[in-house]
Amino acid sequence: MELRFRLAILVGKLAISVLRLVGRAASSFPGKVARHLCPGLLARLAGQCPEGCVLVTGTNGKTTTAKMISDILTRRGLCVVHNRSGANLIAGITTAFVAAADWRGRLHADIGLIEADEATVPLVAREAPLAVAVVTNFFRDQLDRFGELDTAVNLVRTGLAALPVTAVAALNADDPLVASLGDAGPRPVFYGLDDEAHAQPEAPGTSDVRHCLACGSAYAYTAHFYSHLGKYRCPQCHVDRPEPAVRISDLTLSGAVGATFTIVSAEGRLPIALSVPGLYNVYNALAAGAACLAMGVDGRHVAGALTDFASSFGRMERLTAGGRRILMALVKNPAGFNEVIRTILSDTEEKGLLIAINDRYADGEDVSWLWDVDFERLAGADGKAACVTVSGIRAEDMALRLKYAGFDVAKLHVEKNLAKAFDGALAKVPSGGLLYILPTYTAMLSLRETMHRRRLVQRYWEV
Amino acid sequence: MGRRIIVCHLYPDFMNLYGDRGNVIVLQRRCQWHGLEPELVERSLADRGGFSGYDIIFMGGGQDKEQRAICADFQHMKGEALKEAVEDDVPLLAICGAYQLLGNYFRTAQGEELPGTGLFDAWTVAGSKRLIGNVVVKSDLSGQERTLVGFENHSGQTFLGQGVRPLGTVVKGSGNNGSDRTEGAVYRHAIGTYLHGSVLPKNPWLADYLIGQALVRRYGEAGLRTLDDELEERAHRAAIKRTGETTP
Repeated sequence: MELRFRLAILVGKLAISVLRLVGRAASSFPGKVARHLCPGLLARLAGQCPEGCVLVTGTNGKTTTAKMISDILTRRGLCVVHNRSGANLIAGITTAFVAAADWRGRLHADIGLIEADEATVPLVAREAPLAVAVVTNFFRDQLDRFGELDTAVNLVRTGLAALPVTAVAALNADDPLVASLGDAGPRPVFYGLDDEAHAQPEAPGTSDVRHCLACGSAYAYTAHFYSHLGKYRCPQCHVDRPEPAVRISDLTLSGAVGATFTIVSAEGRLPIALSVPGLYNVYNALAAGAACLAMGVDGRHVAGALTDFASSFGRMERLTAGGRRILMALVKNPAGFNEVIRTILSDTEEKGLLIAINDRYADGEDVSWLWDVDFERLAGADGKAACVTVSGIRAEDMALRLKYAGFDVAKLHVEKNLAKAFDGALAKVPSGGLLYILPTYTAMLSLRETMHRRRLVQRYWEV
Repeated sequence: MGRRIIVCHLYPDFMNLYGDRGNVIVLQRRCQWHGLEPELVERSLADRGGFSGYDIIFMGGGQDKEQRAICADFQHMKGEALKEAVEDDVPLLAICGAYQLLGNYFRTAQGEELPGTGLFDAWTVAGSKRLIGNVVVKSDLSGQERTLVGFENHSGQTFLGQGVRPLGTVVKGSGNNGSDRTEGAVYRHAIGTYLHGSVLPKNPWLADYLIGQALVRRYGEAGLRTLDDELEERAHRAAIKRTGETTP
């Protein structure tokens, strides 16, 4: 056993070194090989964290929330092991722990921070000593993998049920699917938005939860914040939104700039100035704050780290290129895309737009979801998105969606090649202007590679 | 005075998981481009009334939980009325779970038989393996051989009886059941299919087929305009190419 463990560490670390040497991302392969040699590897490594591990899961916001938690814990003085590249299946998680261990398999870290895909949660719960689990939200996403939305929720429930009674689950009270996990096992700490000034005027066109999970009656909402997130109650069986123990008040959203708000909890009031835009990032900050406060982290560290937070790669990331400003936001499902559109619309400046849709496994092979995104709102905002370029393997599907949303086809630029599309879209933006780039996951990796070759950004594992 | 076309979207609040609302968007837009006046009516749980007054009926796919929620309503409140409308030649498009519910029955993995409306002479059996992926189908529905492209995501396997004909033959993908190469079902002007995508945007001929049949029924002739479908055709060809099939 000991020999296998040492061998797995050795081979895993060698694989990471070699891959990095040849300029490849060593995100999953080393962990896969190492697990093959020693299946108990992750348990052995994660078990060495004196403070245990924190799990972050859900459909949207995992990477950003985990990075926020990492920043907060680091500010508190803890040494954190974290699969920060966003490779969130078991092999990617294992790779991060192998990379952090020394050649003898000793982990010199205080705490593990694990971003996990919903389907990986049961496995992580078995192998890592989880003290805290954070669940962000559940939206329709990658149905070609899960088949149904309920499958993802049930997988997370199974994982939470395996946690010890001392564990804490930080749950989004505003999402009925997440809140329903309150009885899954760990002690729930609910978080939610308390500022109804930010409610949408009407219910969204596409919602993933409209009916009470307990009795099937239609939920009554007093506020819709985005998608099915809001203040809901069941008029029949009164399984209502739980009262959040950690909540946000006094929220001001400032377009592409960011947001200011106060996190209110039993620990007091924490004023935050967040420099990443969008309501969904406010939720990510709230989730990170709620988790860290539940761990007993001092509020000053929470507020300080969130205020200093810079986005994780491709998540409303700010770049500059040739005198133009770029905002790159990963898009992968209707709920996330709608929120990016909301952020774009809240920014009154004229801007260029590049949308890049791939349909590889990591993107979701079914592009039907583009028809659930409210591009009609974007089409209605006359002139604001002056030049639109669509790209990626499914460029034509995206162009077609925009045509039926009311965009002028003659003004659409369809260029399947991502590098050419990037150069073209950038050239159309005047000097000093703003370009939004909205790619799916693998399109984002390709675009980053292009930008790296243009010497605009570092490779992401160098960040 | 434009010709009015009423599109009925059935259970939009339950059966909406897989982007099928693109079909409703396309029907409305293409009606406008054909110089018609489309009107959208949504129908859901517990409302009564016939369907013969509508020109096109649409229903999308949902997950098992939603399918169960509407199952009884579908059977007891709307099944007969839907059948009457289809017998009256109203065009209907049902996707995935909706297609299954319009068959004779659905047999679950536990052997339980959920009765369907019997609009399509077809039955569905829960399969052990979910059929997921891009699909290319050949269909002569419109009187000439055309292709359909889409994405399937279903665990039920559907088999056709004598009273229906398949919508087409599978070129790529699994289709109704993965074994007999059939995809979808057609009865009068009612079409059931497993194709998401959404199916109508990249197959504009199918959208125009539904609109055309609706016009013939209400106004005696179709009289559709020739639309610029260059982008639609490009997306159609790109989807075929993506599946590795070279000839459409």
